[in-house]
Amino acid sequence: MKEIVVISGKGGTGKTSVMGSFSYLGKSDLVIADCDVDAADLHMLLGPDYQRSEDYYSGELAILDQDKCINCGACLSVCQFDGIQSENGTFRIEAMNCEGCGYCQRVCPTNAIQMETQKVGEWYTSSSKVGSTMVHAKLGVGAENSGRLVAQVKNEARRHAKKEGKEIILIDGSPGIGCAVNSALSGADYVVFVTEPSVSGIHDLKRVTELVKGFSIRSGCIINKCDLNSQMLDELITFMADAGIEHIASIPYDETFTAAMLEGKTLVEYDKGPASQVLIKSWEKIKQFAETEGCLK
Amino acid sequence: MKIAIASGKGGTGKTTLATSLSSHLSETQDVVLVDLDVEEPNSRLFIRGDQTHSQSICKQVPEWTGDCSLCGQCQEICNFNAVIKVGTQIMLFPELCHSCRACSELCPESALPLKPRKIGMLNQIQAGNLIFVESRLEIGEQQAVPLISQTKDYIDNHFDESYIIIYDSPPGTSCPVIEASKDADFVILVTEPTPFGLYDLKLAVEVMRKMKKDFGVVVNRDGLGNNDVLDYCDMETIPVLARISNDRRIAELYAAGELIFSTIPEFKEQLLLLERSLELSTVVDPV
Amino acid sequence: MKYAFTAKGESWDSEIDPRLGRTEFILIYDDKKNELSAYSNSEITQQAHGAGPLTVQKIIDLNPDILITGNGPGKNAAEVMSTSEIKIITGAGDMKIKEALEAYKSDKITG
Repeated sequence: MKEIVVISGKGGTGKTSVMGSFSYLGKSDLVIADCDVDAADLHMLLGPDYQRSEDYYSGELAILDQDKCINCGACLSVCQFDGIQSENGTFRIEAMNCEGCGYCQRVCPTNAIQMETQKVGEWYTSSSKVGSTMVHAKLGVGAENSGRLVAQVKNEARRHAKKEGKEIILIDGSPGIGCAVNSALSGADYVVFVTEPSVSGIHDLKRVTELVKGFSIRSGCIINKCDLNSQMLDELITFMADAGIEHIASIPYDETFTAAMLEGKTLVEYDKGPASQVLIKSWEKIKQFAETEGCLK
Repeated sequence: MKIAIASGKGGTGKTTLATSLSSHLSETQDVVLVDLDVEEPNSRLFIRGDQTHSQSICKQVPEWTGDCSLCGQCQEICNFNAVIKVGTQIMLFPELCHSCRACSELCPESALPLKPRKIGMLNQIQAGNLIFVESRLEIGEQQAVPLISQTKDYIDNHFDESYIIIYDSPPGTSCPVIEASKDADFVILVTEPTPFGLYDLKLAVEVMRKMKKDFGVVVNRDGLGNNDVLDYCDMETIPVLARISNDRRIAELYAAGELIFSTIPEFKEQLLLLERSLELSTVVDPV
Repeated sequence: MKYAFTAKGESWDSEIDPRLGRTEFILIYDDKKNELSAYSNSEITQQAHGAGPLTVQKIIDLNPDILITGNGPGKNAAEVMSTSEIKIITGAGDMKIKEALEAYKSDKITG
C-alpha cells in the first residue's frame, strides 16, 4: 500500500483542485483521506454521502461551579492563558482562552473547578461520488488543530484501503508547517507539492521542504499558474533541482479550475482542456514515482 | 486601533491586502504591520527596508535537575504528556509543552526549574514610515500560538495607541487565528467569490461571531466566480468593505513581490474605500 | 525470552498494529512459561499528543527483551526506548502475531 500526500505550504495554489482531479482519475485504485481538516474543501468536489459520522473529542476545558467558588482568586494567579476572568470580585472561565492544562483545578481549595473533555469536531466515512471511499473531518470552530484528528482520519483510510484491497491512499494535507502537516506526512511514501511561481510560493515551498526532508520522503512538484512570472519560475525550478524534488508538471494559469469548481466538479471531469491533459499525465507519473522504491528513503 | 486581516481559506489575498493597506496608510500615519502567520510568514517579501531589530522568542519549558525522589507527580500533573517518568529518569518533550508551569511550580522538590527554549525569531524592519514586525516559527516546532502571543506582547510594549496596528493573521479557523485576532478592534475577512471561498468565509464568520468581533469582508478577485459571496454577505448583513477585481496584473505583481497599490489605480481606489469605511482617513474626502 | 508485540487484537491470530504509539494492544509472550498476555492500550490511543512516549513507557514497564512492531518509534518514543535494553524489530506491519514471531526467529525481519 502506498500513501501519497498532496501539500502546498502556501494556500490558494490549487491544491484541492489538483487533489480532486487525482481522486477522480485514480478512483478505482484508491481511498481518499482529507486531512486538511481546518477549512476542508475537498468534499465540495467529491460529493461524499456522510455514511458514518463519529464525534471527535480532544483537549479539556475548565468548568467552574459558582456554588463552590469562594472567589479566592487562586486560579487566576496560576493561569498563564487569561483563561480566568474576574469581574466585580467573582470569577469565570473564558472558554476561548482556556488551554486545558488543569493547573487551576489543582490549586482550587474548594474543588470548584472540573476539567471536561470537549467535542471539537466530527469525522466521517463516506462513499464519494467518484465511487471510492473517502474519510474526512470537520473541526469545530476555534478548536486546536490537533494532529490526532489527522492521524485518526488516516488510520481509518488505511483500514478501508486494506479491506477493499486498494493500493493507494491519497491524502490532502493542510497548509503550514505545524502539527497537522507533521501528522499528515508521517508514514507517507510520496509527497506532491502544488505551488506557484511567486515569491510567496517559493518561500513557503522552501520551508515545507525542510520539514519533508526530516521525514526522508521522496517528493515531486506540480507548478500551477506557471506563466505568472518567468523569473520566479526559473528560480523555482532551480530550487527544486537542488532540493531533489521531481518536476512533475507545469500548468498555465487557467480559469477553468474555477469554472469546474462552480459546478462542483473536478477539473478532469469538467472538460478535456489543456490543464486536464496535464493532470492526467501527472497522475500517471505520480503513480510510477510512488511505486519506485525511494532514493531518499 | 488594531485591525486583523484574516481569511478562512488560504491564498485569498490576505498578504496582498495587508501589505498594500499598511504601506498606503503609512504615507500619512504611523502604521505597524505585523505578520502573525508565523508558520508561513511572507509579508516580508513585499516590504523593502532595513532591519532595525531582531531577537529570539522563547517559551518557558521545564528542565529536570536530575536530582529528585522520582515521585512521578509531574507526569500525573501534565495534561499534554510533555513530561514522563521512565525508570530512574524524568524525560521532557518540550515541543509538547504548553508552558502552563504547573509541573514546575507544583514539584515538591523544585526539580523542574523553567528554562527558555527558542521557538522562533522576531524581526523588525523600517520601510520608509512603515514599521514592519514579523515572527518566524522554527521548523520542527509544532505550536504557533505561543509565538503569536509573544509577538503581540512585543507590539503592545513598543507601540502605543497612536499607531495603527495591522495584523496579517494565519489562515484557517483554529487556535492560531483566534490568538491573532482576539484583541483586534476590527477584523477584515478576505475571501474570493468561489464555492471554496464562500464555504471558508462562512466558517470564518462563525469564528468572528463566537468571538463577538466587529468585522467586514473584502472580496478579492471579484468577477472570477459567481455572486454567492455577495448574496451571502447581503443576507447576513455583513458589510462588504471593498471589491478588488480579478486582474491578472495583480497576480503578476504579487508573484514578483511588488506592492500593488502604487501601480494599479483600480486597486488604490478600493483601498481608499476600505480606508473610509474603517474611518482611518486623516484627510477629508474632496467629493 | 520475553517478546512484546504491538497488536490489533489479543490472540496469536491478531494482526500486528503497525503503529507503535497508537497501537490498540500490547501483547507479551513469555517463551519460558509459554504464555501470551494482552494489555489494552486504549487509554493512550485517546491522547491528543505524546502517545508514543507513553506507550513505550508502558512497554518498558512490562519488561520484554524484544519488541516486534511495524513502523518503529517516532523521535520522542525512540528517546524513551533508548533508556531501556529492549531490542526493536520493525517491518512486521502486514503479519499476524504468530507469523511475526516466526519471521523474527528465521531472521526475515530485523531491527
